[in-house]
Amino acid sequence: MYSIGIDVGSVAAKAVIFDGKNVIAKKMIPTGWSPKESGIALYNSLLEHSKIDKNNIRMIVGTGYGRIALPFIDHKVTEITCHGKGAHYLDADIRTVIDIGGQDSKVIRLDEDGNIKDFLMNDKCAAGTGRFLQVMAHALEIDVSQLSDIGRGAEPQNINSMCTVFAESEVISLMASGASKESIAAGLLQSICKKTYSLVSRVGAESKVFFSGGVSKNLLLREYLSEKLGVEIITSEQSQFLGAIGAAVIGFKK
Amino acid sequence: MRPAIMEEVEALRGINSVKIKEASEAGKKVVGMYCVFSPQEIALAADAITVTLCGTKQEPIEDAEKELPRNLCPLIKSSYGFAVTGKCPYFHFSDVLLAETTCDGKKKMYELMGKIKPMHIMNLPQTAQGEEALELWKNEMIRFKGFLEKQFNVEITDEKLKSAIKLMNRERSAMKRLHKLNAHKPAPMTGMDMMLSQWLKGFNVDKEAGIELIERVINEVEEQMSKGIYAFDEKAPRILLTGCPIGSGSEKVLKILEESGASVVALENCTGYKGLDVMVDEDIDPITALAQKYLSTPCSCMSNNNGRLDLIERLAKEYQVDGVVDLTWQACHTYNIESFTVKNFVKDKLNLPFLQIETDYSDSDAGQIKTRVEAFIETI
Ligand code: SF4
Ligand code: SF4
Repeated sequence: MYSIGIDVGSVAAKAVIFDGKNVIAKKMIPTGWSPKESGIALYNSLLEHSKIDKNNIRMIVGTGYGRIALPFIDHKVTEITCHGKGAHYLDADIRTVIDIGGQDSKVIRLDEDGNIKDFLMNDKCAAGTGRFLQVMAHALEIDVSQLSDIGRGAEPQNINSMCTVFAESEVISLMASGASKESIAAGLLQSICKKTYSLVSRVGAESKVFFSGGVSKNLLLREYLSEKLGVEIITSEQSQFLGAIGAAVIGFKK
Repeated sequence: MRPAIMEEVEALRGINSVKIKEASEAGKKVVGMYCVFSPQEIALAADAITVTLCGTKQEPIEDAEKELPRNLCPLIKSSYGFAVTGKCPYFHFSDVLLAETTCDGKKKMYELMGKIKPMHIMNLPQTAQGEEALELWKNEMIRFKGFLEKQFNVEITDEKLKSAIKLMNRERSAMKRLHKLNAHKPAPMTGMDMMLSQWLKGFNVDKEAGIELIERVINEVEEQMSKGIYAFDEKAPRILLTGCPIGSGSEKVLKILEESGASVVALENCTGYKGLDVMVDEDIDPITALAQKYLSTPCSCMSNNNGRLDLIERLAKEYQVDGVVDLTWQACHTYNIESFTVKNFVKDKLNLPFLQIETDYSDSDAGQIKTRVEAFIETI
């Protein structure tokens, strides 16, 4: 028997198959314009790719903002609970999850069983999220994946605006005044780090601290955060699948 | 199942505005008020009608923002917007307005609003502690009484005050009994219906008819309870909602909570139970009694506001709540700052899960709030 967890986020849709012990298959596709269509496509291709018979799937749990659009799921669970369970599955010692995705950032505190003790989400603007970095990278005329390498070793420029729109013009005028791309890139990551730090400080960071979401791939940001919080921060290659894994784990137990 | 009588309650929307027009045209004076610190009794003793004008809708905010800063509490903007656009019949028929120096935003907005209609501002002390505060507030009661006597050319006698106090106490105790029905597990009424009943009553012209209606609501709900009919089932998580005021049009968070399966059993805010908790003493000098009662309102404008924690604790026990949600309107500093104190109190002292939601009247973040509320409920 298997369970499937499917996490339809604002940027990517992710799904995994879980056999009660291990994740035996996973897949990710861009969400595109229709969370429903991409959810269905993802589900079908995951089944095809894993060669598992539909009848052996006991439970399908959906999460992520697109979960409401999925017609084939048995249960809906919020991404917050799923992220908590997913992190607990990866490492039972994790007590804090910092997740920075495309449109939101959140901090989750867990107890020893992976249950949510407390959580916080950013408010409705894009400040401090992947979207913010994307817009800024665009203004710097680089790819968002290059920010970490370019910024490494540079003295960070002070970026004062947290609002995406104002920060963008701040970046443009910094470039015009001759500031280096390196220092601006470092400054942008510092500003995300500060914003995240203030969010984390409100619930407290108990170690182990796990960093997930698309933005967690940014190495330099991870280092900044670890320094600022004074704790080691761990990540995992599976981190983008955290929500889907958590959903599958919850589904298996249902 | 929703009590059938709620239809009658909802029909007040249409009826109230017609009634206020008729009353005003028949020569009745109308006093518009904005806050639970407003001593309705004094206006009633002047033989006037009282209406609550506190803005609860998004609609006039755009117009308010022509004159007010955007990053201001939506309640203040909405209240002002209704005043400048003339879109609120109750504002229109109000002869005079009563305001208090509560939070900074309201206080400064009132200076602008006072140019539109005759307004009396009561100087609310910043603390409820100490003899001086009570003395000052007593004087403010007397000043307001004098203002109405002059404006309406009437004499407000102690006798009239006493009978107004009795009437308002009856209204409060009826509302209080209605709230208490939801102490039962499972709750017989949705939080939405509870809020609506109280909110619509705020525009009610005829106090006696209002009390009578609330009593009939109680009877019908009790009858449903005796048949085992409830609004939620036993398993629904029971929530205490505290924080900034809400009303029809600003019920977003309450609605999302209940749509997500929670039963909002206790409304601690000033549009809910807060103003009903303490009755006016009927046995002492009416002005002192009024000053005491209103000064005891546990609002975040007061420093300190420990009375709020005490009220939350009592309600949490009485209503057997499973979690506390604190609503903060964007740019409301007093409630926003106090939220930290409330959070610590709820988590450490009451051992209950706590969630703060900061938002405005618009629907733009409804999806986000839903996720947070659902996650919160999943943790209960
Ligand atoms: S929150 Fe306080 S100031 Fe605002 S209406 Fe209620 S009692 Fe008045
Ligand atoms: S909600 Fe806060 S800011 Fe708004 S009027 Fe009330 S106390 Fe003032």
